[in-house]
Amino acid sequence: MNKFGFQISRPRSINMDLSDDGRREQLLEEVPSYRLCIGCGGCTATCSAGQFTNFNIRRSHTALACNQTEGLAAQLDSCMLCGKCMLVCPRGVNLRGLIIRMRQMLGRV
Amino acid sequence: MSRYWNEYQKAIADDHYFYERSCIRQTFFPGSEAAFLKILREELGKDICDNPHQHTCTGIGYHSDVVPFETTMTVVARLFSLMKECGHKNYVPSCVTSFGVFTEVMAKWKENPALKEQARQYLWEACKREFEVPENVAHPSDIIYKFRFDLKPKMRFQLVNRFTGKPLRVVEHIGCHYAKIFPEQGVGNAEFPYVLAGMIEAWGGEVIDYPERRHCCGFGFRQYLVQENRGYSIANTKKKFESMEPYEPDFILTNCPGCSMFLDKWQYTIAEMEHKTFDQHGYGIPVLTYEELTGLLLGYDPWSLGLQLHQVQVERLLDKIGIAYNPREKYTGVDGKMLGMPSKPECLMV
Repeated sequence: MNKFGFQISRPRSINMDLSDDGRREQLLEEVPSYRLCIGCGGCTATCSAGQFTNFNIRRSHTALACNQTEGLAAQLDSCMLCGKCMLVCPRGVNLRGLIIRMRQMLGRV
Repeated sequence: MSRYWNEYQKAIADDHYFYERSCIRQTFFPGSEAAFLKILREELGKDICDNPHQHTCTGIGYHSDVVPFETTMTVVARLFSLMKECGHKNYVPSCVTSFGVFTEVMAKWKENPALKEQARQYLWEACKREFEVPENVAHPSDIIYKFRFDLKPKMRFQLVNRFTGKPLRVVEHIGCHYAKIFPEQGVGNAEFPYVLAGMIEAWGGEVIDYPERRHCCGFGFRQYLVQENRGYSIANTKKKFESMEPYEPDFILTNCPGCSMFLDKWQYTIAEMEHKTFDQHGYGIPVLTYEELTGLLLGYDPWSLGLQLHQVQVERLLDKIGIAYNPREKYTGVDGKMLGMPSKPECLMV
């Protein structure tokens, strides 16, 4: 702590101008059905891995799109690629493909 | 267009004002209130009462949750009783937070007249006084705004950079309690803040419309009053500075005592903590109150306006406008004696 007795708090808001590194556009290009996602969270609700770990599909792809990647790769490792999320997705998003592509982007594959 | 803009205007009384001073301005910006009274009396020829028996509006305590609303209401009622004694009906609180407190109390009295009767009773029991609700409550900046074109012909200077001939680029900050609590009480509401922008445009300057223009200055009462929370306060201020920095403002014009203080003094703290200033030359961005700006353009002496007490030094701005000043008189009292001076007044990073 400095002589003032406090420090400048880090803002929790995400500045998209600074954080957009084009990953969202790349994901949309490589997994076109991702464009159909309405963020309903059905995938996350039915996810078996999400019941026992901190893995959260909706949060993961939102975080990657906002370039908030701290600890994200380890979360994605929890996915078993069972595909249950794809069975419940009302928009037919290729979620398994999305997760595999996100892992590649983060250097896990 | 004008029909819609009319909805963003407010009624501002013409004359016969009762002035209420701020709790903190006398310390940080000591010339502002005296300058306002001088401008109204000597330049505009208005009648304004400066009652020595006035007191706090409880704003800081009220917004910090240590003063209950009933107490605030009674204190406000006492101030209104002082106005009644002076025979005035137009209330002019120097502070934006006071302005917010008065408009809030009056709105509650209007919605619930029983509360007003309760305040009447409390005031009578406490000090045997009676009050009347003002016909008009206007912030001093509203009055300067109203008469900005009357003041312009009397001004010796304009907001023009004398070296380049271009308008000075100004960031304005109206303060949250001016128009965010009751938007209809502010000129331009909270959407299109125009009370300070109107002055800047009328006097030759250019208003910078930057992304975080409407963001809080960082005072926020509860974020500031507890030392451990001040990181939130200064984070707000830093966010504003980062947003305005690319536009290279010549100075910041403020409406509220708290905003003036924080936008000025946090620049030093950020410079100490992060070795960062938000102007090109490392001196910081000067902060002026609207009274100081009006006084400067009217030709008042910068040091009699108290500009030497600002954290960010103003000489570079005075040079740009072309205002003459005597550096030797900067730290001299009215009796000609030296008051003492900071070791590095012009430097933010010590």
